[in-house]
Amino acid sequence: MAGFLLRRLVNYVVLALVATFLAFTLASVTFDPIGVLQQRNPPPPAASIEAKKRDLHLDQPIPERFVTWMSGVVQGDFGRTIADRPITDELGRRVGVSLRLFLLGITLGILFGVLIGVVSAIRQYKFSDYFATLFSFILLSTPVLVLGNLLKIGAQGVNDAIGNNFLIVVGEETPGFQGNWFEHLGDRLQHLIVPTLAIALGQVAYYSRYQRSSMLDVLGSDFLRTAQAKGLTRRKALMKHGLRTALIPMATLFAFGFGLLVVGGTFTERIFTWYGMGDWLVTGISAQDTNITATVTLFIAVCVLFSGWLSDVLYAALDPRIRVN
Amino acid sequence: MTVILNEGDSAGTTGAASGSPIDAAPEPDKAMTRGRLVFLRFMRNRLALIGLIIIVAMYLLAFIGPLLTHWSYEDRDYAAFLQPPYADHIFGTDNIGTDMFAQTMRGLQKSLIIGLLVALISTTVAAIVGATAGYFLGVADKALMWVVDLLLVLPSFLIIAILSPWFRGKSWWLLVLMLAAFQWMITARIVRGMTLTLKEREFVKAARFMGQPARRIIAKHIVPNMASLLIIDATINVATAVLAETGLSYFGFGVQSPDVSLGTLIGNAAQSATTFPWLFLFPAGFLVVFVLAVNWVGDGLRDALDPTSTRGRKREKKDTEEKAA
Repeated sequence: MAGFLLRRLVNYVVLALVATFLAFTLASVTFDPIGVLQQRNPPPPAASIEAKKRDLHLDQPIPERFVTWMSGVVQGDFGRTIADRPITDELGRRVGVSLRLFLLGITLGILFGVLIGVVSAIRQYKFSDYFATLFSFILLSTPVLVLGNLLKIGAQGVNDAIGNNFLIVVGEETPGFQGNWFEHLGDRLQHLIVPTLAIALGQVAYYSRYQRSSMLDVLGSDFLRTAQAKGLTRRKALMKHGLRTALIPMATLFAFGFGLLVVGGTFTERIFTWYGMGDWLVTGISAQDTNITATVTLFIAVCVLFSGWLSDVLYAALDPRIRVN
Repeated sequence: MTVILNEGDSAGTTGAASGSPIDAAPEPDKAMTRGRLVFLRFMRNRLALIGLIIIVAMYLLAFIGPLLTHWSYEDRDYAAFLQPPYADHIFGTDNIGTDMFAQTMRGLQKSLIIGLLVALISTTVAAIVGATAGYFLGVADKALMWVVDLLLVLPSFLIIAILSPWFRGKSWWLLVLMLAAFQWMITARIVRGMTLTLKEREFVKAARFMGQPARRIIAKHIVPNMASLLIIDATINVATAVLAETGLSYFGFGVQSPDVSLGTLIGNAAQSATTFPWLFLFPAGFLVVFVLAVNWVGDGLRDALDPTSTRGRKREKKDTEEKAA
């Protein structure tokens, strides 16, 4: 099994490199930072434009620029933005902000998605099943850019109703917040609730649909009947034999879901003014900044591939046939 | 996001089991053709039917709607800034006095056309490339599989966003082509898989041994046998494309001002969604209802076109099982 996981890991590292190279190349070809600079009023002197070109390595061919940038990345230096600020300074904080949102969102999404899917399957065609299905249909048709803003309006309504700014919908923490560690945690949580919902609800809907159908496939199977015939209670048979088997196809899906999450996260961060990686991507592209764009792409690629690798691990853990081969 | 909702057995189950036209004795002088069967199966799915009506109504509204008001989407009413809906401006006005109904209709038109075009192009390309790759295998096949893998790491949203400075200020047709260029790959992979099994079938072999050229076999024997999949895919792709377009336009990476789409409208309104909700709610509402309708239709089509689908029948089976128990 170690060999299998190692092979997959190597495969993923290569894919991440290729993805970053592609994004870097595309960005270098389409972005025109000098053009943006020249449009400034008053126009900057020619000498400073020349200096900028040198700073951004625009005099070099693109593959060479990529190698220069990548060799910096290996040493922990992600280059400088157009405004000449080191990317590395900001990177850590932004990654932290994004990961907090993503990890909580995906954990809740998978947990509740699987739970609701299983319950819907077991109680097929009951009221709860119809309700869950209708709800996930509506949620799947509501893109994050609508859902997030709706939640924001809703949270404002709740705050007005309770006469207290409990659900904070701007930023990831109160600037200049004073207090001990515990109070800081509380403040962060207040900021987290609504954005996490914005991310998690779509995930719940997405996973619950698939979990429901994979669970339904398992429910009619012979081995489940055998397990019950041997004397297991229905609950035990469902949990030990049913759910475990039904989770196998889901393991592959978790990797797909993460890509979705990253794009959804970009909207969430913008809507709730979180300065995370998604927000940085939009700022970077708007400013036509290649280094920022490439850095965020690398982050996304690493996230997606790591979750892909995790789902391989999960797959191996759930399906003994993988471990033997 | 292509969401495959499984089974869709939630949709319009009321009365699906009893008294459906299929169960009734066939009219003696009318032979049951496949087209008629699919039509009847689709018609008995209430939600799919409602979805179809909504879609047709929306396309009609997108073109007739602008004629229903004397305001054009570029007109400014200097007597009404940021007015909530009232008789003259039924959807209210924005901060420069533009009529939101005219704007929403214009945006709906643009988004729906883009959705339709992208779906048609991407499904056609997917059918051709997927079938060709599956039929000939070899290098093209390897390349296809690899590109699909890569797209999972590098979300198409990100690629188009990076390319956006390049097509900014140019025709919206470029956006259509970009969206289509990144939407066909996953379908192509499914088509490839189906081609692999289809080409081993007797009728394809017979055609080959009779000396038919490969081009003709693909066009006459392989693609028509995947019509069900392609129709469903094209339907769902309309919603996927509309969502992708609105997502990009939301950040200003898609449709550019002065042109409007649902995405730009939602994006502009999002900042003030809590204070001036009508600016946000109308375009967002149209978007969600449209996507929901497409998902219902896609689901209904899947049930109607899939000969092994057991909607309704499954219910009966379950009922008898419960009685037996």
